Amino acid sequence: MTATAPDAAAALAGGSQPLLQVEGLQKYFPVNRGIIFQKQVGAVKAVDGLSFNVNKGETLGVVGETGCGKSTMGRLLTRLLEPSGGSIRFDGRDITHLSRAGMRPLRKDIQIIFQDPYSSLNPRHTIGTIVGAPFRLQKVQTDSGVKKAVQDLLALVGLNPEHYNRYPHEFSGGQRQRIGIARALALRPKMIVCDEPVSALDVSIQAQVINLLDDLQDEFDLTYVFIAHDLSVVRHISDRVAVMYLGKIVEIGDRISLYEHPMHPYTHALLSAVPVPDPVKESKRERILLTGDVPSPLNPPPACRFHTRCWKAQAICKQVEPPLVQIQPGHEVACHFPEERVLV
Amino acid sequence: MTAPLDVEPSALSADPDAVTNAESSKAVEGRSLKQIAWMRLKRDKVALGGAVVIVLLILIAVFAPLIVKALGHPPNDFHEDLLDPTLLTPKHKYGGINGSYLLGVEPVNGRDIFSRIVYGARISLLTAFLATVLSVTIGTVLGITAGFFGGWVDGLISRTMDILLAFPLLVFAISIGTVIQTANGAVLGLSGTSLSVATLIFIIGFFNWPYIGRIVRGQTLSLREKEFVDAARSLGASNGHIIFKQLLPNLAAPVLVYSTLIIPSNILFEAALSFLGVGVRRPTPSWGSMLSDAVATYSIDPIFMIVPGVALLITVMAFNLLGDGLRDALDPRAGR
Repeated sequence: MTATAPDAAAALAGGSQPLLQVEGLQKYFPVNRGIIFQKQVGAVKAVDGLSFNVNKGETLGVVGETGCGKSTMGRLLTRLLEPSGGSIRFDGRDITHLSRAGMRPLRKDIQIIFQDPYSSLNPRHTIGTIVGAPFRLQKVQTDSGVKKAVQDLLALVGLNPEHYNRYPHEFSGGQRQRIGIARALALRPKMIVCDEPVSALDVSIQAQVINLLDDLQDEFDLTYVFIAHDLSVVRHISDRVAVMYLGKIVEIGDRISLYEHPMHPYTHALLSAVPVPDPVKESKRERILLTGDVPSPLNPPPACRFHTRCWKAQAICKQVEPPLVQIQPGHEVACHFPEERVLV
Repeated sequence: MTAPLDVEPSALSADPDAVTNAESSKAVEGRSLKQIAWMRLKRDKVALGGAVVIVLLILIAVFAPLIVKALGHPPNDFHEDLLDPTLLTPKHKYGGINGSYLLGVEPVNGRDIFSRIVYGARISLLTAFLATVLSVTIGTVLGITAGFFGGWVDGLISRTMDILLAFPLLVFAISIGTVIQTANGAVLGLSGTSLSVATLIFIIGFFNWPYIGRIVRGQTLSLREKEFVDAARSLGASNGHIIFKQLLPNLAAPVLVYSTLIIPSNILFEAALSFLGVGVRRPTPSWGSMLSDAVATYSIDPIFMIVPGVALLITVMAFNLLGDGLRDALDPRAGR
């Protein structure tokens, strides 16, 4: 967990060092009042102290309710946003506060796939322009021209290469998401942040896109940070899963360990909401209904942020913040009263 | 009523052909939003009519000397022999309209109205176009700057726009116009008619940019939050790339529509200023000053008032119809 002399460590460990190391990552959005003399009256603590690693070639799934800071985290990792605190190391290099120019060469290695396939493609550009943009912006020379490279990419993601001259409005949501994937893939990145890549798609299309992402991972040895709110999607694609609540990770662990032996009460509640495709089990399924809304990240509850909605909350939960501790190998939980619970 | 009937069959018969042709020649050729808008516009006969009238007007303005040479008399020549010596109104019926004087002659001095209308089109269109270009340029540049960079830049530009919009434009225009009308000698190397036209263009153009600036700023604010901007950023795009390659193409449609809609209001503003006697310096013909001259004799010689009035009406309506048609054609939500 501790980041020490990255280059030396990488050399010694021979690539066993995590590709992405995140330590205490924070993003506070200031809230200002006043027209001319603005003063800061508060901050939205969208992401408040995230620490995790992502190893090369693995998929880290990130789940959580709307507004828990998942997408902010994705934008911090790709440095579309400037972190307020903490550090991000990519491939042994600190990229936390790199300037735009310093970040530019690294953009080849870190890419992002967006949630909304309708707003992530410029309606005035052809598919050729959109998918060719990475080559032009990064001034990458291709063997046989940008057009050929774009057509290869389109074929790779299952689109007709002849659609080179078409415009985004001529495609369906699933096809548009494939275009977004082709663009992210163009420069052969090491890591792709997938920011809810399938939540805007029909269920039948979701499966196609997920399988495409899976195949591409095998083919190009990609590392994914896969953000979603759909637990079954995350279960399907992830090697490890992190559960976020109000800007913090409450539980992180191997997929099987986390889904079959969840420890945190919030994870219990989330998993209990997933329907089971078996009528007998489904009828016996115990559902944990959380009461109330997610508290405002403008003024999050002290100590354990989940205590306002937790049925196990005790006095200590309101006073001491539970650290993320390892309970089993590869399974960390931030709770004073972790408990394994059989859900089905 | 026959127009839709005429349109539909041709559109229906044309479309399958186009599709099969496209498919046979080149498997898939995308249709850009521009092409789709053009197709929609071609089906809108009213807008197309407006466009035809505008093209005709432009041709008339450009070839004014040739037209007048062929069909009229020099615009500033007096023809007092055609006037009633006591009333100083045209001797003949209908304001003196005949084969030689196509739209009659002016009262008092007997100038050829046709020639003056033709030359007046030059002034009208020139001031309106150049003023529009000026305000669209300033408005687009400052609107994008304000919307894209935000913060104090946005504050400064937005407050400037507020001040300009609250400015008593007509009063200012009249006073500036009066000063320029009475100015002797050259200002900035311009004098006489060109000076008054340049002043008009500056006043109309400069005080109109906040309208387009606000539209562009608002559009930019919503566009810069779109994920395709983030996508460009995540590929290492510079601000210049984002502004010129990502945002500007999306702003072209609203800017174009708004431009066609402010041209007619600029034409009317020029006419109003000339009507008030602070526009184009006499004797250069202008539709507004002709209307103003006609006020004195409208009860005896109504033709002199009707002719420039109708010219203004046709011009303004043509621009408005084209503008409406363009707006419909470029609106992505109009599902035709």
